[in-house]
Amino acid sequence: MKTTSKLKQVTIRFAGDSGDGMQLTGTQFTHTTALAGNDLSTFPDFPAEIRAPAGTLYGVSGFQIQFGSNPIHTPGDEADVLVAMNPAALKTGLRYLRNNGIVIVNTDAFGDRNLRLAHYEENPLESPDLAGYQVFPVEMTRLTKDALEPVELSHKEKERAKNFFALGMIYWMYNRPLDATLDWIQQKFARKPEWAQANTLALKAGRNFAEATEIFTTSYQVDEAPIEAGIYRRISGNEAIALGFVSAGEQAGRSIFYGSYPITPASDVLQYMAQYKHFGVVSFQAEDEIAAVGATIGASFAGSIGVTATSGPGLALKGEFLGLAVMTELPLVVLDVQRSGPSTGMPTKTEQSDLFQAMFGRSGEAPVPVIAPQSPADCFWAAFEAVQVALEFMTPVIMLSDAYLANGAEPWKIPDLDKLPPVRARIVEAGTADFQPYRRDPETLARPWAIPGTPGLQHRLGGLEKQDGTGNVSYDPDNHQKMTEYRAEKIERVNRFVKPPELNGPESGEVLVVSWGSTFGSVLSAVEELRAEGHQSISFVNLRWVNPLPELLGQILPNFRKVLVPEINMGQLGNLIRARYLVDTVGHNLIKGQPLSVSGLKSAILKLLED
Amino acid sequence: MAKDLHTEGNGAALKENFATDQDVRWCPGCGDYAILAQMKKVLPELGIPQAKTVFISGIGCSSRFPYYINSYGFHTVHGRAPTIASGVKLANPELSVWIISGDGDGFSIGASHLMHLCRRNIDVNVVLFNNQIYGLTKGQYSPTSPLGKITKTTPFGSLDAPFNPLALVLGAGATFVARTVDRDTRHMAEIFRRAAAHKGTSFVEVYQNCNIFNDGAFAALTDPQTKLDNLLYLEDGQPLVYGGETRYGLKVEDLALSRFEAGEGQDGEAHLHRETGMPMAYLSMLAELNQVPGMPTPVGVFRNDNRPTYDAMVYDQIEAVTQRKGKGNLKELFITGDTWQVD
Repeated sequence: MKTTSKLKQVTIRFAGDSGDGMQLTGTQFTHTTALAGNDLSTFPDFPAEIRAPAGTLYGVSGFQIQFGSNPIHTPGDEADVLVAMNPAALKTGLRYLRNNGIVIVNTDAFGDRNLRLAHYEENPLESPDLAGYQVFPVEMTRLTKDALEPVELSHKEKERAKNFFALGMIYWMYNRPLDATLDWIQQKFARKPEWAQANTLALKAGRNFAEATEIFTTSYQVDEAPIEAGIYRRISGNEAIALGFVSAGEQAGRSIFYGSYPITPASDVLQYMAQYKHFGVVSFQAEDEIAAVGATIGASFAGSIGVTATSGPGLALKGEFLGLAVMTELPLVVLDVQRSGPSTGMPTKTEQSDLFQAMFGRSGEAPVPVIAPQSPADCFWAAFEAVQVALEFMTPVIMLSDAYLANGAEPWKIPDLDKLPPVRARIVEAGTADFQPYRRDPETLARPWAIPGTPGLQHRLGGLEKQDGTGNVSYDPDNHQKMTEYRAEKIERVNRFVKPPELNGPESGEVLVVSWGSTFGSVLSAVEELRAEGHQSISFVNLRWVNPLPELLGQILPNFRKVLVPEINMGQLGNLIRARYLVDTVGHNLIKGQPLSVSGLKSAILKLLED
Repeated sequence: MAKDLHTEGNGAALKENFATDQDVRWCPGCGDYAILAQMKKVLPELGIPQAKTVFISGIGCSSRFPYYINSYGFHTVHGRAPTIASGVKLANPELSVWIISGDGDGFSIGASHLMHLCRRNIDVNVVLFNNQIYGLTKGQYSPTSPLGKITKTTPFGSLDAPFNPLALVLGAGATFVARTVDRDTRHMAEIFRRAAAHKGTSFVEVYQNCNIFNDGAFAALTDPQTKLDNLLYLEDGQPLVYGGETRYGLKVEDLALSRFEAGEGQDGEAHLHRETGMPMAYLSMLAELNQVPGMPTPVGVFRNDNRPTYDAMVYDQIEAVTQRKGKGNLKELFITGDTWQVD
């Protein structure tokens, strides 16, 4: 007798060997889930090694999805279900599985060799290791091969379809139709009919097996979530960033120059941008990080929208040139997809530890605006806004994304093109009388952009201090004071242009949580869950623009008994807030290369509520 | 398609004066003055207006140059002028771009950028002032200072083997390579004209006297008593001959240039110099010639070859992709991949 039970949200983790097709399985499940109307968030967890040896612990590739009938803000702290295709996937995956969670295991992969590679001394399926979980052992390899009897492929090849068998089982478990994946298989393998047949049979066999077998007794129903009407697509942070830059260029009517040097986890963006030549994008893979920013500044000087991207170590190399961009007041966007540091650190793992570097990593007094997207889809808007501010204020802007946003994905509501905001460039026209390269706009303090090639506006820029107005070299003490103050005040005025952050909750109370960038989803989930549990006196604000700090912050900080600043660093925003507002913030600082867990955040907030 | 700036002006001279109102602040007697004077003389002759001319420099004495030329200018970061210039040219190939650099700027802190610029063959002109010393930081040895050189940081003599600038840029693939000397102003002007006319990366080394920290480094090449015996003027299609009272010829023997006394009517035995299509073996012989004791220093155009420029190829590719895919459409781009409708 099979029963169906209703769930509000579920987290599934698919884990297998790098060659087991887990990313594909996860992506297919995600698309079907989106079509079913659930809200969702996903995160891939692939090995750092390019071709890790099969069966090893470090060769495990994972894909996690949280979906629900309520709004979903993170890929989930803990999985409810772990699909483990081999012993290594089981061993590494159990860490993410909640107590009493479901484990679906491919028992055929638990031979001596794989057990040894996963450092199991005895077969965990026959030991008490899995006592706290609901274990579903399935001979996935054999069942797949049986189902593929009529297909003209070798045994080895047939085995490769077992990920579709696993997907079929999960589709049954969550009452999902197979249609979208079947369509995809037909399209993808249009030229390889035997593979189309194999994957189709495996998918159906998995579903039929789950339905028929006595192992699975319960299937689950997750209803549609209330989602704003529109057309959606699933988008990763890095993909969204590339689209944001291209869109801003189109809105400004100017070419994007994208100069970059490959570095994990920012390289994808260069790869995407290189495809957009028909949008007039000039993508330039430079010889090093310094050349990348140098060429980009050169392109900005010559009238393109200069964008460069890197990760922490590369930002360090670009520091000197960013000082030049501050001095010459040229528009420039510098994307830093942060990763664990210092030095090479853990290049595929996330961290928020470049905030200080973005704020202060230059010689002299060199302030720049800093924006940090708060979700994969928000990466589109943050990239767009970064360009807007760079052009509006004639300044370099640093955008701090991170490895979590870069690879994480969520539904993105495709924006209405007519509603994209304008992007204005401060171009000086030929024939402008009495042109001065450093005459500032009284409102924004931005200087004009006079582009080489324009007759009559010839001028010289450089790293030497500029005389106010004329831009000539000046060593005058009072002038240096004045120009330094202008450069600082200009960045403060970005607050007049950008949307202030939203305060979630009352303007005063017990605990205010202040986060920035990518921790938004986890903090929001924690705050919402605590409220649902009856804790009402919590407010939350997530900063997208970290520099300048929003005026709102100064107004509300004194209204709370405690201020919690959770960050994936040792307390960098906390330090900035303490220094600026003299408020005794409390940190929640975990530097593990992982996003902050909702449960950990809840405990931290609860502790402050009870203090 | 970008307009070809090499033919745009049809060589018609402009009346524009490229001087700025800024005081020139090099030391009195510095070789830089002569280079600035020749540049200001040549620029109007090129037929490219001030507004389409861009001078970009790094850091060092020579790098003040853009402030003294009435064009667009950018005094950037130490060693990095080639990067900025690459961005300028790629953003707008219709600009005539000059890089002004020195031996420290171009061959020490910025050596790699210079190599990559030559490799890509971006259509810009590099004028490298080689005075074999750090001037702006007041007299330390540079990567072109000779072995044993006594300077403030090498009080017992330099142990650092110097770079051979022309061998480096030839090896990196520069398509136009020339050398001139600050005191030889007419020669310098002609080399600037040739560099500007070349499509692709042009590299001009100017031996420049720093009369404060390295005075007389090139005296043998500029002193009227000795210069004819030490300078080999390279001219396309002409024999490699030089000399004052005694006339010498150079011929290729055993993969090297060897010298012979060329009597009346014996020039024909000397090797004929060709700027175009010559193998690296020959170019290396020329570039390394003045490292051989007793041999002259070649000046003039070492190489003038053509291959596609990176900047032109970038725009050709953009045009080709746009023709194939159609002009970019944001709406189509947004709706790429698996989409779904929520009602």
